[in-house]
Amino acid sequence: MISISVILKEEWIMSNAILSIKAKLSHTGESIRHPFRVIVEKEMADHIRSWRFIILIAIIALTTIGSLYTALTNFSQAVKPNDPEGTFFFLKLFTITDGTMPSFTVFISFLGPLLGIALGFDAINSEHNRGTLGRMLSQPIHRDYIINAKFTAALAVISVMLTALGLLVMGAGLFFIGIPPTAGEFMRIVFFTILSILYVAFWLNLSILFSVLFRQPATAALSAIAVWLFFSVFYPLIINLITKSLEPPPTATPQHMIAFEQFRLVLLRLMPNQLFSEATTTLLMPSVRSLGPLTMEQMIGALPGPLPLGQSLLMVWPQVTGLASGTIISFVISYILFMRREIRSR
Amino acid sequence: MVSVPEIWKEVTVTENIIELKGLTRRYGQFTAVDSLNLAIEKGEIFGLLGPNGAGKSTTILMMLGLAEPDGGTVRVCGYDPVSDPVEVKRRVGYLPEEVGFYDDLSGMENLIYTARLNGYSANDARTRAGELIRRVGLAGEEDKKTGKYSRGMRQRLGLADVLVKDPEVIILDEPTLGIDPGGVREFLDLIVRLSREQKITVLFSSHHLHQVQQVCDRVGIFVKGKLLAVGDVQSLAAQLFNGDGRPVGSERKNYSLDDIYFRYFEGGVDHE
Repeated sequence: MISISVILKEEWIMSNAILSIKAKLSHTGESIRHPFRVIVEKEMADHIRSWRFIILIAIIALTTIGSLYTALTNFSQAVKPNDPEGTFFFLKLFTITDGTMPSFTVFISFLGPLLGIALGFDAINSEHNRGTLGRMLSQPIHRDYIINAKFTAALAVISVMLTALGLLVMGAGLFFIGIPPTAGEFMRIVFFTILSILYVAFWLNLSILFSVLFRQPATAALSAIAVWLFFSVFYPLIINLITKSLEPPPTATPQHMIAFEQFRLVLLRLMPNQLFSEATTTLLMPSVRSLGPLTMEQMIGALPGPLPLGQSLLMVWPQVTGLASGTIISFVISYILFMRREIRSR
Repeated sequence: MVSVPEIWKEVTVTENIIELKGLTRRYGQFTAVDSLNLAIEKGEIFGLLGPNGAGKSTTILMMLGLAEPDGGTVRVCGYDPVSDPVEVKRRVGYLPEEVGFYDDLSGMENLIYTARLNGYSANDARTRAGELIRRVGLAGEEDKKTGKYSRGMRQRLGLADVLVKDPEVIILDEPTLGIDPGGVREFLDLIVRLSREQKITVLFSSHHLHQVQQVCDRVGIFVKGKLLAVGDVQSLAAQLFNGDGRPVGSERKNYSLDDIYFRYFEGGVDHE
C-alpha cells in the first residue's frame, strides 16, 4: 500500500514537472536561461551601471590616454639603433616613459588592484545586509551559484575592460606609428592582457574573501585596501630594512652574494605586484633573459638578442603560477566560509 | 498535553507535507531546537507560536536546507532538504522576517528576477510578475523602486515574490512585524484566501497570539526548542485545562489562545 502511494506520488510529481516545463516552453517558444546565467547577467548589469565602476573606468581611461601620450611623444628617442629589442618597438608603447608619466604597465599594476577591490568588496556582505541573500537562497538554486556568479560576473567585466584597453592602445599605436605589430608582438600583448586579468582577479578574490569575512562593506573595502597599501608601500620598506642589515660585505664570496640576492628575491616575490611586474617585464621586453642574478660565466658567450615567445613564457611560468594559486586560495577560502555559513535574514 | 507518540499516530493517517522527526540543532552548548517532532498536513494553515528566541527561525531554516540539523530528519514535500535542497526550494516559498529587495530596482524588476531564477523565460516572467503584483494589490506601484516602498508594501511584494514559483508550501516567518493593524488584517486575509483558493499549505511562525488565532487551523506551541502542544485552539485548551481537573463543559467554549499561552508561560517566559 505504502509503496503504491509512493509510486503514485512520484508519478504525480513527475507529470507535474513535465507539464510545467511544457507550459513554460510552449508559452512563447523562448529558451529558458539557466539560473546561473541569470545571476551572472544581473551582476554584470549591476557593475556596469554602478557609479563606482564608471568612476574607475574614467580614471583608467584617462591614465591610459596619458601614458599613451608620453609613450608616443618619446617614441623616437626610445628606438635606438643596435637595440636588441629594435624589432619589437611596438611593445614599447606599453613600457616606455620619459619620467613625467608612468607607463601603461605601471598604471595597470597600480590601478588594477583598486579595480579588483572595487568590484568585490561588497559582493556577499551587501546582499546580506539588504536581506536579499536569504531571499536568493530560498530560490531553487544551489548556494554556490551566488558566490560563483559574483566572481564570474566581476571577472567578465574586468576581462572585457582590460582587453578593450589593450586593443585600444594597440589601435592608437597603429594609427600614430603607422607600422602594424608582428604576430609575435601581438601574441605578447595578448598574453600580457591575460596576465593583467589574472592579476586583477587575484585582488578581486581577496576582496570577495573580505566581503565574506566582514559584515560591513566599509570594513571589507578598507581591509582590502590596507593589504594593497601594505604590499605596494610598506612591504618593500620592510624588505629594505631586513636586507640592509644582512647585506654581505663587498669582500664576500660570490656564493654568499648570490645566496643573499636570492633571499632578497624570495622576499620580494611574496608581493603579488612584484610577480606581476616581473612577468610583464619579461613578456613585453623580449631581451630579458633572467629575473634573478646571473654570474659572469653564465653571461659569457651570450649574444644580446630577443627571446622567442615560448622561452619568455617559460620564464614567467612560476610568476603566473604564483598569481593563479593566490587567486585560487583566496577563492577556496571564501567559498568554504560562504558554504558553511548559516544565513539568517539580516 | 498530548505526548509525542500520540500526536504522531494522529497525523500519520493523512498526507503530511512537512514532517520533522527528532530534529535537533545546537549552537555550542545551547540547544536551539531540541528533538522536535512535527507534522503538517497538506492544505492546512499551521501556526508556530512561541516567544522570541524559541528556535522558530532555526527550525524554518532547517526545513529549507539553509541550516543543517545536528540530529533528526526533515521531509518537505517528500524531499530531504539536507540532500535535496533545490527540489525543496522549488516547491516551498519562504518569506523571511524582514524581506530584502534590490532597492535600486523596481518592484516589477525584482519579481522578474525571481521568476527567471525559477526558470521562467523573460516574457513569461514579465507576465507572471504583473499578474502577481495585481493579486497582492500593488497594481500601479510596480514601477516604483523598492527602496521607496513602505514596510507594508514590501511585505506584500514579498508575498508576491514567494508566489512566483507557484509553491505547494509557504513558510512565513514573523511576516507581520512592523505593519500597522489595518495592513496586518489585509495581509492575513490575503494569506487565508490564497491558501484556500490554491490549496497551499501555510506555515505561519509568529509570537502574536491574535494573529495566529485569527488565521490558523492548528497551532503548535514552541518554547525553548521544544514543541509543548499541538492542536486547534479548543483542543489545546481542553488538553491544558482538563489536566487541572476543572469541569470540561462549562468553560471550554470561550478559551482563547491567550489563556493557553499564558497558562504555559506563567511567570517564566518572556513574551510580548
